[in-house]
Amino acid sequence: MTPQSDVPSPILEVDDLSVQIGPAGNKVVDGLSFSIAPGDMLALVGESGSGKTMAARAVLGLLPPPLIVTPDSSIRFRDTELTRLPPAAMRKIRGARIGMVFQEPMVSLNPSMTVGDQMAEGLLLHQRLGKAEIRDRCLAMLERIRIHEPTKCLAAFPHEFSGGMRQRIMLASVMLLKPDLLIADEPTTALDTLVQRDVLDLMVELTTENQTSVLLISHDLGMVSHYVRNVVVMHKGVAVEQGESTQVLQGPKHEYTKRLVDALPRRSAGGARADRAGEPLIELRDIVIDYPGRDGLFKKTAGKRAVHGVDLTIGKGETLALVGASGSGKTTLGRAIVGLVQPTSGAITFRGQSLLDQGAAAQRREMQIIFQDPYSSLDPRQRVEDIVAEPLKLYPTMDRRQRAERVKEVFSEVGLGPEFARRLPHQLSGGQRQRVAIARAIVRRPAFVVADEPVSALDMTVQKQILKLIRSLQERHGFACLFVSHDLGAVEQVADRVAVMENGRIVEVGARDEVFDAPKHEYTKRLLDAAMLLDRKFAGVQAVKAKAVAV
Amino acid sequence: MIARALKLPRLRFNGLVGGIVVAMLLFIAIAGPWLAPYDPLKLDLMSRLKGPSPAHLLGADEFGRDVLSRLMYGARTSAWIAFSTVAFAIFFGVIVGVLAGFLRGWTDRILMTFNDALLAFPGLLLALGFMAVFGASRNGIIIALGLAYLPVVVRVVRGAVLSIREREFVEASRVMGNSEIITMARHVLPNCVAPITVLATTMFGWIILSESALSFLGLGVPPPAPSWGNMLATARPYISQSPHLIILPGLCISITLLGVNMLGDAIRDRLDPKMQS
Repeated sequence: MTPQSDVPSPILEVDDLSVQIGPAGNKVVDGLSFSIAPGDMLALVGESGSGKTMAARAVLGLLPPPLIVTPDSSIRFRDTELTRLPPAAMRKIRGARIGMVFQEPMVSLNPSMTVGDQMAEGLLLHQRLGKAEIRDRCLAMLERIRIHEPTKCLAAFPHEFSGGMRQRIMLASVMLLKPDLLIADEPTTALDTLVQRDVLDLMVELTTENQTSVLLISHDLGMVSHYVRNVVVMHKGVAVEQGESTQVLQGPKHEYTKRLVDALPRRSAGGARADRAGEPLIELRDIVIDYPGRDGLFKKTAGKRAVHGVDLTIGKGETLALVGASGSGKTTLGRAIVGLVQPTSGAITFRGQSLLDQGAAAQRREMQIIFQDPYSSLDPRQRVEDIVAEPLKLYPTMDRRQRAERVKEVFSEVGLGPEFARRLPHQLSGGQRQRVAIARAIVRRPAFVVADEPVSALDMTVQKQILKLIRSLQERHGFACLFVSHDLGAVEQVADRVAVMENGRIVEVGARDEVFDAPKHEYTKRLLDAAMLLDRKFAGVQAVKAKAVAV
Repeated sequence: MIARALKLPRLRFNGLVGGIVVAMLLFIAIAGPWLAPYDPLKLDLMSRLKGPSPAHLLGADEFGRDVLSRLMYGARTSAWIAFSTVAFAIFFGVIVGVLAGFLRGWTDRILMTFNDALLAFPGLLLALGFMAVFGASRNGIIIALGLAYLPVVVRVVRGAVLSIREREFVEASRVMGNSEIITMARHVLPNCVAPITVLATTMFGWIILSESALSFLGLGVPPPAPSWGNMLATARPYISQSPHLIILPGLCISITLLGVNMLGDAIRDRLDPKMQS
């Protein structure tokens, strides 16, 4: 199928792979074929529900119960046919020769085992080594991935590390066994831009050293094109397009690939809207926010300062993007404005009136928030129409009919048909849920909305729709928006101005084009560099960087 | 297995069987006095410890009292005690648990310190202590058992509240401008219903058993009034002679527990929004 990498005999050859729900059920993967040469990287790209994860799990023989591989599928690893391998033989291959890295570093490490024990687990299982030898190898690996104080790290527990560190540890413990093939299932989706870059670079380094082939699974075509030469684009279980990533990006042939490429973040046409910062709506003066320490049973944990003296102005109707890594205090700041967090000191004014006084309830009603995770931001027991109508209950001037009308109006504004009104949140997709959350936020016609990473939990094509929706609603109703995000691609599409935050301080504020084209602060430059945005000069065309991807 | 044979979904099967059992229990509890063939206290020394016969369908006990009539009257006592105790413990447990979980801070610390101190004692021991205060009467038992099982309810409810209050829809409700009380009533409490239902049905079983244990110790429903528990307790000396005196009340307790648990499962699934289409 892939003539360009056929020269040495492939390490993994998947032929006509189909995965079914039960013997007579629907196919979640339908006739997928690809092959990976030794030391090469291949990416399966697709959105949630495209079957990419199930295809990878089928390779490892780890399909969740009702799912089965159809009898005429073939998965050949070196010279072994994996689909007909007995479980015991499969276990010998798993881990030792095919390693896997999962998406969620927060849950894929066992919280009650030390890092050292977890790294040793694979070695103990697959290789006959002495304790000292295992320890030496683990230490060498930790040093290799540039972890500070590797000896200490061996005795530490996973919760002592950040998400990026955990993912590096995970990667290290998988690579410790020097597998022939590494399957990485969205290894960096849960991570920040900067960290994402680090982890992927490390993955390429380690696998190149060991001549390990990589099967990378991702929804992010932009990221994939930076690292991987060959991609397979999947849609609803079918491989709709495969080939070299640059070619797929530059000249997508299939309709779906075109949509996917089209959804890659790109600066909105016509540049930022006119600078409306002239009339300030919200002003923050010297905001400091501390998280209180805890009085534990045995020791007092010190408090943590999340925001160190921030000044910020948000003008009427403008979108200010607040950009930064996780832990930079951007979310805390957004929450402080809507009153979910009390600042330790400083002043917040809304139309010139302080929000921190008692009796700011009326002003608060003009502010709303859209949360990141549409799965936890809607009450699972409320029907969609009740969720959207709830904020109106605190609107004393509207009667029942006016409320019903407003709800209907908002439904059509966010693009939800009337048939959604009686549904429950779990019956909706992520994008639909986020539309409901947006409807709830704008139903009172607020003057200001905080959007806290509103699209980072969604698929690329859905992201694009939601960003468009936010922008068009803003144009219609003229509310100001604080767009909190670590995703520079999304920011580029919606922001008028950008504020960059690092360790609780704002290091740079400016008009979007200024910040993106001529960043002044060192941190902004690093952030932009890591963001793997599409090259802006050639709309939608990304030159693969000279990054050494070994063949 | 039976459910599959009848081609009923598990949920409906549970609800059906559980519902029938509980409905029968309630019917007998209410209509017992009219249905019972004899006065449960009437002595008939001629048929002492006799097995089933046309005169006494389920036999007679050590004083010749009709077992069927005693079971019917006993159903009334046992069901009343179990339902009231569960209602008592859940009602106050939910109030305390929600307060502690939602308000946190000092309220939580004081309530939970007290609660955990109570939790340290076995429920039955605690009930015995309370019985000493309230005296051995039916209402005494209800209050004593209710208080004894209260700490468990508080713990479960507080845990559920703690996990739900961190969800973003609760914060969304605050940003909307809802007061804490409305947020609690509209968004937090309804989402705690599933664990509370499971706990309530499990507790139903514990309480029927605890009541028999108390009766066994002579602190339950005072004789000669029948309850399933004290019937079980007083039949002990005759276990080899007349096993029906032990088996019949035991069977009543088991069937009731099974029914209540099945109904509880069905209710919990029914209340889960994910199970509705």
